[in-house]
Amino acid sequence: MVLLSTSDPTGVAYVQTVNLDGESNLKTRYAKQETLLKMSEKEKVIGLIKCEKPNRNIYGFHANMEVDGRRLSLGPSNIILRGCELKNTEWGIGVAVYAGRETKAMLNNSGAPSKRSRLETHMNIEIIILSLFLVALCTVVSACALAWLLRHKNELNYLPYYRKKDLVGKDYNYYGVGLEILFTFLMSVIVFQIMIPISLYISMELVRVGQAYFMIRDTEMYDEASNSRFQCRSLNINEDLGQIKYVFSDKTGTLTENKMEFQRVSIWGVDYSGAKSQIEPVGYSVQVEGKVIKPKMNVKTDPELLQLSERRNDTKEGRHVYDFFLALAACNTIVPLVTDTSDPTVKMIDYQGESPDEQALVYAAAAYGFMLIERTSGYIVIDIQGERQRFNVLGLHEFDSDRKRMSVILGCPDKSVKVFVKGADSSMFGVIDKSLNKNILHATESHLHDYSSLGLRTLVVGMRQLSASEFEQWHSSFEEASTAVIGRAALLRKVASAVENNLCILGASAIEDKLQQGVPEAIESLRIAGIKVWVLTGDKQETAISIGYSSRLLTSKMTQIIINNNSKESCRKSLEDAIVMSKKLTTVAGVTDNTGGSSEASPTPVALIIDGTSLVYILDSELEEQLFQLASKCSVVLCCRVAPLQKAGIVALVKNRTADMTLAIGDGANDVSMIQMADVGIGISGQEGRQAVMASDFSMGQFRFLVPLLLVHGHWNYQRMGYMILYNFYRNAVMVFVLFWFVLFTAFTLTTAINEWSSMLYSIIYTSVPTIVVGILDKDLSRKTLLKYPQLYGAGQRHECYNTKLFWLTMVDTIWQSVAIFFIPLLAYWGSSIDISSLGDLWILAVVILVNLHLAIDVIRWNWTTHAAIWGSIIATFICVTVIDALPFLIGYWAIFHVAKTATFWLCLLACVIVGLIPRFVVKYLYQYYSPCDVQIAREAEKFGNLREVGDVQIEMNAILGPQRR
Amino acid sequence: MMSSNTASSSAAVAGSADSAAPRRNSKKPKYSRFTQQELPACKPILTPRWVISAFLLVSVVFIPIGVVSLFASRDVVEIVDRYDNDCIPDNTTDKVNYIQTPGDKSCNRNITVPKRMKQPIFVYYQLDNFYQNHRRYVKSRSDAQLRDNSSASDTSSCKPEDMYNGKIIVPCGLIAWSLFNDTYSFSRNSSQLNVNKKDISWKSDREHKFGSDVYPLNFQANGTVIGGASLNSSIPLSQQEDLIVWMRTAALPTFRKLYGKIEVDLEPNDVISVTLQNNYNTYSFNGKKKLVLSTTSWLGGKNDFLGIAYLTVGGLCFFLALVFTLVYLVKPRRLGDPSYLSWNRNPGGR
Repeated sequence: MVLLSTSDPTGVAYVQTVNLDGESNLKTRYAKQETLLKMSEKEKVIGLIKCEKPNRNIYGFHANMEVDGRRLSLGPSNIILRGCELKNTEWGIGVAVYAGRETKAMLNNSGAPSKRSRLETHMNIEIIILSLFLVALCTVVSACALAWLLRHKNELNYLPYYRKKDLVGKDYNYYGVGLEILFTFLMSVIVFQIMIPISLYISMELVRVGQAYFMIRDTEMYDEASNSRFQCRSLNINEDLGQIKYVFSDKTGTLTENKMEFQRVSIWGVDYSGAKSQIEPVGYSVQVEGKVIKPKMNVKTDPELLQLSERRNDTKEGRHVYDFFLALAACNTIVPLVTDTSDPTVKMIDYQGESPDEQALVYAAAAYGFMLIERTSGYIVIDIQGERQRFNVLGLHEFDSDRKRMSVILGCPDKSVKVFVKGADSSMFGVIDKSLNKNILHATESHLHDYSSLGLRTLVVGMRQLSASEFEQWHSSFEEASTAVIGRAALLRKVASAVENNLCILGASAIEDKLQQGVPEAIESLRIAGIKVWVLTGDKQETAISIGYSSRLLTSKMTQIIINNNSKESCRKSLEDAIVMSKKLTTVAGVTDNTGGSSEASPTPVALIIDGTSLVYILDSELEEQLFQLASKCSVVLCCRVAPLQKAGIVALVKNRTADMTLAIGDGANDVSMIQMADVGIGISGQEGRQAVMASDFSMGQFRFLVPLLLVHGHWNYQRMGYMILYNFYRNAVMVFVLFWFVLFTAFTLTTAINEWSSMLYSIIYTSVPTIVVGILDKDLSRKTLLKYPQLYGAGQRHECYNTKLFWLTMVDTIWQSVAIFFIPLLAYWGSSIDISSLGDLWILAVVILVNLHLAIDVIRWNWTTHAAIWGSIIATFICVTVIDALPFLIGYWAIFHVAKTATFWLCLLACVIVGLIPRFVVKYLYQYYSPCDVQIAREAEKFGNLREVGDVQIEMNAILGPQRR
Repeated sequence: MMSSNTASSSAAVAGSADSAAPRRNSKKPKYSRFTQQELPACKPILTPRWVISAFLLVSVVFIPIGVVSLFASRDVVEIVDRYDNDCIPDNTTDKVNYIQTPGDKSCNRNITVPKRMKQPIFVYYQLDNFYQNHRRYVKSRSDAQLRDNSSASDTSSCKPEDMYNGKIIVPCGLIAWSLFNDTYSFSRNSSQLNVNKKDISWKSDREHKFGSDVYPLNFQANGTVIGGASLNSSIPLSQQEDLIVWMRTAALPTFRKLYGKIEVDLEPNDVISVTLQNNYNTYSFNGKKKLVLSTTSWLGGKNDFLGIAYLTVGGLCFFLALVFTLVYLVKPRRLGDPSYLSWNRNPGGR
């Protein structure tokens, strides 16, 4: 919507864009003066707006408007997008330019895709293989039946067990060889259908419910501050948590708490920060018209500095402090907002503005007694130590990314004119008069270095007194520039740089963008676990980088590649350069690694920093591939100024090009599309509304819960689910093969020795409970071990618990086991008077015991539930078989009682089980003992208690990472 | 109001949980060993010692069992006499026609006892290549009819042998229809050896599966298509033990059925002369008929397989135990040795 007019006489509207880009601060939007005037005079506005086609870019808008024959250019600051909220503005009138599906908010919305776990997708392939098995078995049976029928074609009626014709001489139930074969085939499909483990889907659901229960119940993932538990919102992808390779994280509200905190300050070369931690924040307040006004946020203050600031101009230091805080309070675009509180005598002052840094600075200034009370376009009112002073704002040069500083020109009450400048240190040192106060400059510089190494965001403040002539000169050129129609921005920039020079340094501030608790440690753990963390943020590049440092995502050792372009061609070029560079860096590192062979972290890690504008050109074009190549070489990727859909685009970039699992974590509405795009989406139930949580698969209170979620629960879930799927395949296939072997001895006619009841109960009662119990409760390693060695997470990334090789091994084992079960009794009873039901009972018992013991061998942790499930199942099977054989109307009546009296029965049972298990046991032992995987070693270490030694080696190996660790 | 959390407030967080007020609404999961998955558990690991002992244990158990079974099987004296070919007159060309033609088909066989056979000596007939487990065959019976007189008309499952000329057949079905009908009588030194045909079937079958008020009806009434033996229609099914034995369908295509028991000891080199009625038609499907006299052991009949299998498995396990011991001694690995961890083995790799 193009703004035409607002309730503000200057045509300003404040909007919050939290739903679009996740930034909760206020942004200013302007109505064009021309329309504003007309609207206020209630004139009709007739005009024509020409705008670009609907697109997804929420930071860009190009249009022009023809009113009264004049052409006005419209930019992103003249429109209010759908999803924005008006703040501090009563009304706004505008012309809708994009509506419905064409709004930028809607275009940034990708539909919610249905998610399926990777394991399940893989499993479906294996199920297709099993179906082919099934078809093969049925075909074999049919072919054999065909051969048999053809061979006995002429005898069929004489065979006492076939009798083609009935007593009258008509064919009974015989429709020719062709149809017989068809029936055989169909019948065999029915008999062998448990090969396709339908029950597996049910078991998987049950197991996931159980896993979810434990994840929700985990006390370590409970957030005290927001009183929120972990939530499983989707039950399909628990096990994907164990295979994550890429984490895409939002910054604001996810990594950070979205709270800027004024931490340290250096004024006139003196660092004030010492004792602040001991001081309780004292709410500074002022009396205005009998009412107490308090800033909304309290800032911790340094007592020494507080004293200094109260003494004002008395000393030289005091004067500098005065100037410094005045600069902080004045040199910004913050809008103070006075709100009522429950106490009628107390009013809250709330600072709203585009930049959270500025907010923090103004709050800090307020805490030291420089409270900004009122701001209009013409003047500001600052309460200085209880004394209200009015400063005329003569000019304001807004922040732009070329100058990286902003300045304000104030007319002080004492008629002097001062320019206050605040900006990034790199830009500020260029315009500071170096001849003056060299010592202070040096001191400040060293302080800045200290601050930034602590991960604080620094700003340098400077000032200059303008003489009258200087002011006049500036004023005229400023007037000229600000009314210019063409190239206004460039002109203004020129004017600004003319006045922003020869500054006298006042000091520097350090603001902490407060990280959420445990974020650096969490990122460290994830990195060790082999997970690549990408940060996608709507923030400015500088902010993103500083957060990168404070969250230990970026380290000083890393080489940064920054891609920051405005056209496709330049993007291509910088991408190519970057790839070459990263290749060089990594290969050089590789060489040193081979020769030196000592250090793990010797490859120069490369960090890629890319901004949203470049991404516009890269995504959805052939440059994507290059970006991916580059990004896969980088250990860290930071994307700044990205729109919601670009976030999703980046996730898709990785997701579509690798088989690796992606996880997106975010808290705001702007993260929704990314959360939906990623394989696993996690919503932080923080302050920024519920949209992210609603769209997510899991939600939790804090970023750091990602570590227990992935490393502990993810690992467990993956291991359990992977094992369970394989086991279920095996379990059903063993049964099918036993049935199949028997069919070969029944003239291929699909008779089952095992009675129908047992076949049916097989996957319901006999064998289902243990898999579910093990699937929910078994754990290969304890939480402690998993958290201590994040590398163990690699098992999931490498698909160690479930892969095609394991599937085939399991199938071979299955065939062997079924052979053992079937042929030992067959040979033992060949040519004896055994009846079909007794032998069937023997087979079913052997299958059940073997299948359950197979599970028992693989169970890692035996607690009473496991014992109950496994032994209980075997006992339940005996009971069921007995009950079934006690029903006189079934042919197997009393068979089990007869056969159980014979020694052969028990000897067969024992032999089946032992012979069936030997190969698996041997292979398992040899594999575990002579080619142990990490998990296995960790298990042994856990059991035999030499974890400490492991720890020592661990620290040695990570000596380089050491200093960063706690 | 939220107190401002500093980075070091993890202790404070734990402490603040003590305050009673937020507790009430707190969704903090209650701690229990179960929900935190910290139940006490045993974590077995396949250590070499365990594995080797397991294999030794298996071999220690299996080898004696194998030896004992083998001895038991060898103790069993078994005489098998195949007679289906020999009991056809030499000049017969069409065996099927011969067997289907009514008439006296008695046949004399002489069997020499190789070893002393202690009573009871079980008399079996063995059929080869007879698929009693054929699906068509297994299904063709009516258990309700067999058990209860009132369900006599329940013959739907018995096709094609359910009705004859609209009259119900009892017992119906292919299985009953094909009842084996060769008979044997034994004599030693021209004195009759009594064959006890009582209690050759399962007691449970006689009492609960075959009714004492169910009498054969229209059985084998069709003169042209006779499957096998006919039954005395004045004796209830529960006492027709041959039928009961026959109807316990065999699991495998080669099977024996108990015919009776000889309850006297047979001495070595006794010549038993068998007079048999060769009635049953196995010629149409190349089946074999054998007469079997066998003693029994605790393991049942003569079958070396189990003994051999046990010996093999026991021996194999012993061998594996030896191999594992050797390998363990030659190339041991310290369990839980961290230097084997993949990220310790090749630093900088992966």
